[in-house]
Amino acid sequence: MLTVAGRTGSIVLGCAALAVASLPLFASPYHLELVSTAVVFAMFALSLQLLVGVTGLVSLGHAAFFGVGAYAIHLMGAHGPSISVLITLPAAVLMSGLAALAVGALALRTRNFFFLMTTLAFGQMLFFVFHDTPLGGGADGVFVTRPTFSLFGLEWVVSRQDRPAVMLFVNLGVLVAMYLGLAGLLRTMFGRALLGIRANEHRMRSMGFHTYWLQLGAFTLAGALAGVAGHMWGMTQAFVSPELLAWHRSAEALLMILLGGLGALHGPILGAFAWVGLGEIAQLITERQRLVEGLVILAVVLGLRHGLAGIRVPSLRRAMPQAEPATRAEEVSP
Amino acid sequence: MSGVAAQLLNGLQYGLLLFLISSGLTLIFGVMGVINLAHGSLFMIGAYIAFVVSGGTGSLWLALPAAVVGGLALGAVLERGLFRRFYHREHLDQVLLTFALILLFEEGRSVLLGNDFHSVPVPAALDVAVPMVGDFSYSAYRLAVLGACLAIAGAMFLAIERTRIGSAIRAAAEKPEMVDLLGLDARRIHMVVFAVGTALAMLAGALAAPLHSVYPNMGHGFLIICFVVVVVGGVGSIAGAFWGALLIGIVDTLSKAYLPFASGLAVYVLMAVVLLWRPTGLFARS
Repeated sequence: MLTVAGRTGSIVLGCAALAVASLPLFASPYHLELVSTAVVFAMFALSLQLLVGVTGLVSLGHAAFFGVGAYAIHLMGAHGPSISVLITLPAAVLMSGLAALAVGALALRTRNFFFLMTTLAFGQMLFFVFHDTPLGGGADGVFVTRPTFSLFGLEWVVSRQDRPAVMLFVNLGVLVAMYLGLAGLLRTMFGRALLGIRANEHRMRSMGFHTYWLQLGAFTLAGALAGVAGHMWGMTQAFVSPELLAWHRSAEALLMILLGGLGALHGPILGAFAWVGLGEIAQLITERQRLVEGLVILAVVLGLRHGLAGIRVPSLRRAMPQAEPATRAEEVSP
Repeated sequence: MSGVAAQLLNGLQYGLLLFLISSGLTLIFGVMGVINLAHGSLFMIGAYIAFVVSGGTGSLWLALPAAVVGGLALGAVLERGLFRRFYHREHLDQVLLTFALILLFEEGRSVLLGNDFHSVPVPAALDVAVPMVGDFSYSAYRLAVLGACLAIAGAMFLAIERTRIGSAIRAAAEKPEMVDLLGLDARRIHMVVFAVGTALAMLAGALAAPLHSVYPNMGHGFLIICFVVVVVGGVGSIAGAFWGALLIGIVDTLSKAYLPFASGLAVYVLMAVVLLWRPTGLFARS
């Protein structure tokens, strides 16, 4: 069962967003870029949550759509004169959405582990497309010209000093919009049907729902949203490489979801921040970052069954019993 | 003409190697319902065992039993210590458990042996070309690998079809509840399957070491190709893994030799076609 943060939870999330937005007042450009990275990963993990937490489909090829979204900037010919983000972003959505539609149409013919293997294999296929063919511009990646903020010839020029802060604001805005959009989607008939498929696909089918098309819709939408995240990554870094599509990124996004909490819509956001923070701390204390990461994943998988969003503070609840209905997350049921 | 024959033999040999890896993958999945992403890392460990043992003793022949024994032991320990707890957990948990294992195995390899590429010499006795038809000759080591894989495949078919433990494994793969009803020890079956699957992957790594050289993350590519094999061949059946592996091995090798622009893509296109035509795999029991 997937929960959306209730009133108290929403206030906490809103405060966290404000705290992130206030970082440019005192944080260094390095830390602004680090937080920007976490925000982009949060978008990516959130897009995957639509498949994993909402529809109950575990995909191991989601990074491919992230990568296609990032490469959209390169493919739109951003080598030459810079293009408005109002063109590159829809292009990223379209390209990654179409890629997801094609992969999903085939992969959804399989279930469970087969679905996992099939999405992984098709993700790898897209990796090879950008790695080996002239389309991608080389196995080592390419620099891209940043899309500009311009509309009808009016351009907002961002200076180099301001860029980390501006990109953080933009990324945060996109993340908030994506979260609110998904929370709204869960209230629609489509969203409720997807939750129903996760709970019991057979029952949904016997009730007359066309589960294949609903799942394909979810897969395509999730791919398009991953494309948005990838586009924001490319725009923030001004560099794209085939490595963005690599399957270990898909596994990392799954990890963010599990780390943050499979059962909450905001879980992936917590998970992404926790994962990026963990990587940064691990890098400070040891050269063996992967060792720390591996051990943490093991610990999470063996111990923390409901993720960070599942951690409750019992003393607080006992102290304020009257606040119970408000703190309890609102459940969305099909 | 001899070029095509050599490529076909290469494909056959590559396919048989893929069979060794994917048979373990498909059995472990079929019997225990666990997907093991770290299966490729086991292959990598086998290759590094070949590198270390043949470097230390000068003989690849000692490396092969070392890989098998090490694989049986490692598989039993992993099954006992970790995987046993995950048979009834969600797929997501299994994915992350095995992803963590990949990170730990690769980091362990990096700590012990570094991140360099290494080549492993072909055993001197087999470092010759065997004359085939006319002026066409072929590497003796590749022929030996081909023969060894065929022998192992034959032994596996016999073991699965003719022995008591084999029929118990088949029962466990088809109807797990039957194993309990018949009073068989499911825990022992699980351990045997996991240990044998691990040993096969590590043996494949040791056999492949002189052909593919030894390098970090070498298991990833093999793992994904073996997923394609399992999807194309059909789940849980050794025969499916066998024919699927041969098909993928030959298609991959020929496409890399003759269609350079589509080198990495041909097998995925094949997988897409199979999914459209028979989503349960070409050789799945209906």
